[in-house]
Amino acid sequence: MSLFAAQDLAINFGGIRALDGVSFEVEAGQVFTIIGPNGAGKTTIFNLVSRIYEPSQGRLMFRGEDITRVSPHEIARRGIARTFQNIELFEHATVLQNLLLGRHAHARSRFVEELLFLPRVRRFELEHREAAEKVIDFLDLQAYRDSLVVNLPYGVRKVVEMARALCTQPTLLLLDEPSSGLSVEETQEMAFWIEDIRNLLGVTVLMVEHDMSLVSAVSDRVLALNYGRRIAFGTAREVQDHPEVVKAYLGG
Amino acid sequence: MRFAFKTSYVQDLGLFRDAVQRNCYMALFVALLVLPRLVPAFAGDVSLVFIYGLCGLSLMVLAGYTGLVSLGHAAFLGIGAYTHVYFLHDLGAPWIVSVAMAAAVAAAVGILVGLPALRMTGLYLSIATLAFALIIQEAFTRWERVTGGLKGKAVDKPVLFGVSFANEIAFYFLCLAFLIGGLWITGNLLRAPTGRAWVAIRDSEIAAQSMGVNLAIYKTMAFAYSAGLMGVAGALFAHKIGFLAPDIFSVLLSIQFLLMVVVGGLGSLHGAVLGAGFVALLPVLISEARDVVPVWAGTLAGVFGKTAGTAVLHGVDRFVKQPGLEPGIFGLILVLFILFEPLGLYGRWLKLKLYFSLFPLYKRATFRRQRAYMRSERLR
Repeated sequence: MSLFAAQDLAINFGGIRALDGVSFEVEAGQVFTIIGPNGAGKTTIFNLVSRIYEPSQGRLMFRGEDITRVSPHEIARRGIARTFQNIELFEHATVLQNLLLGRHAHARSRFVEELLFLPRVRRFELEHREAAEKVIDFLDLQAYRDSLVVNLPYGVRKVVEMARALCTQPTLLLLDEPSSGLSVEETQEMAFWIEDIRNLLGVTVLMVEHDMSLVSAVSDRVLALNYGRRIAFGTAREVQDHPEVVKAYLGG
Repeated sequence: MRFAFKTSYVQDLGLFRDAVQRNCYMALFVALLVLPRLVPAFAGDVSLVFIYGLCGLSLMVLAGYTGLVSLGHAAFLGIGAYTHVYFLHDLGAPWIVSVAMAAAVAAAVGILVGLPALRMTGLYLSIATLAFALIIQEAFTRWERVTGGLKGKAVDKPVLFGVSFANEIAFYFLCLAFLIGGLWITGNLLRAPTGRAWVAIRDSEIAAQSMGVNLAIYKTMAFAYSAGLMGVAGALFAHKIGFLAPDIFSVLLSIQFLLMVVVGGLGSLHGAVLGAGFVALLPVLISEARDVVPVWAGTLAGVFGKTAGTAVLHGVDRFVKQPGLEPGIFGLILVLFILFEPLGLYGRWLKLKLYFSLFPLYKRATFRRQRAYMRSERLR
């Protein structure tokens, strides 16, 4: 059985049908990419998965469970983490504090214990710190550990946001345009990070991406959308050569 | 410059950065212990600073850390004060029990206010809390059986475990103990998951949510905790002013609390206390200045002849003795801080510290930040 499946997913915004019965399945260990022109409904799928939007129809299945009606904060606990297209970091906090917040889904201390900072809380905090440090080592962020996010360049912020998502120890990682705003070198680096995340951490990746060099470098499966409908599906090569995809991007 | 050499993660968990910082606070603590003996006349004013410090702490958690700006916090202070006095005098509860009840009742009301607040953000939330404060003030006036209505209610001096805190200096130490306790538990919360979740909600609700933060629970918690602290402050405040009347807990007081956290510096515990010092001591300064300033102005103008000196003396005297000068000055200061020092007194202090530790290499650009990244494409 597949790790994650969207079944006949649809959503309406007023009169606009942003997604129109899209189905796909992501196998464990894959890098699954969704491509499509602007307004195709890519990010909408992410917002449906992280439960920010209510789907008008369809179901979301994750690890054999229906997560269509699970509350938004519960999603992280189930093992799905995400990044955002426009970077939603906590800007006036340090990188380390951002990563520690990524551990929130694993927080076990109670309010009264925290008031007095009992030894149990101290122990949990050390565990969180160690988990965060592992991610810092993994993504080479040591130099930025104590910098405020506002002072970091855009490319580093992208990596920090990915690190924060990894701190939740996800099974499925959603990356919303990981290469947007990055230079060519940074995009190549991003491709290596994504491969490492898949190969070394065993995390399944679902991403939305425009940069075809990144898409063909890392993707196992590519789904092409246009106007909320599926137009092509297959390997990066197959999808790129698909006449519908060419038509969607170039017109004709 | 000093660099903290760290060899263990435990060092990052402490409330103080290193031994030097801890010793500085210890020195400050000792100074506060001897202050009332050196200048007993100030003990009363400074104990008000401590009480306001608790209020500042309360609003700092809500506005500075969670990003929920309340314009009605004087209502929680009032609830704390009236509950305390009701339990202490009318029901004869022990002092410590009635303080706990003040905190509990204020926190419970905080939850009730917090629930509808979950659906509101920014300005709308502020207006809702403002309306709430007006309603509570009306309730203080009408519910005469408990509050004494417009006639007011006298408050005895505190007696704790058979020890009377009637004199100013003893009360000073009581307030100091409560402020330190409040700072300690708030500091603890802020270095634990709860505090991080609050900051996350302030900076990006949507990201906080997708990291597993339950917005409803943590916002309600922030309201309850903030109101609870305010309740305790209310109990002390009742003893400090010695007489409760509904018009004390007015909107103007709420705005003073907001002034405290903005002037102190949003998002820092230091800011709460510095702001409290500022707001509590400014009226003292103004009343001192009322006597001194016209004389100075007169002497200065006296250089141009006796008539000019007398005229200026009278003019300035009439100006500074005008009623309503205080709120005007408060407002002016608030505007100036927002314009020139959004980080508040604490931010100014940090810059000063950096200036001396980097001298002569300090650059103004260190604190200049680029505008926040475009947020127009956000989901909400």
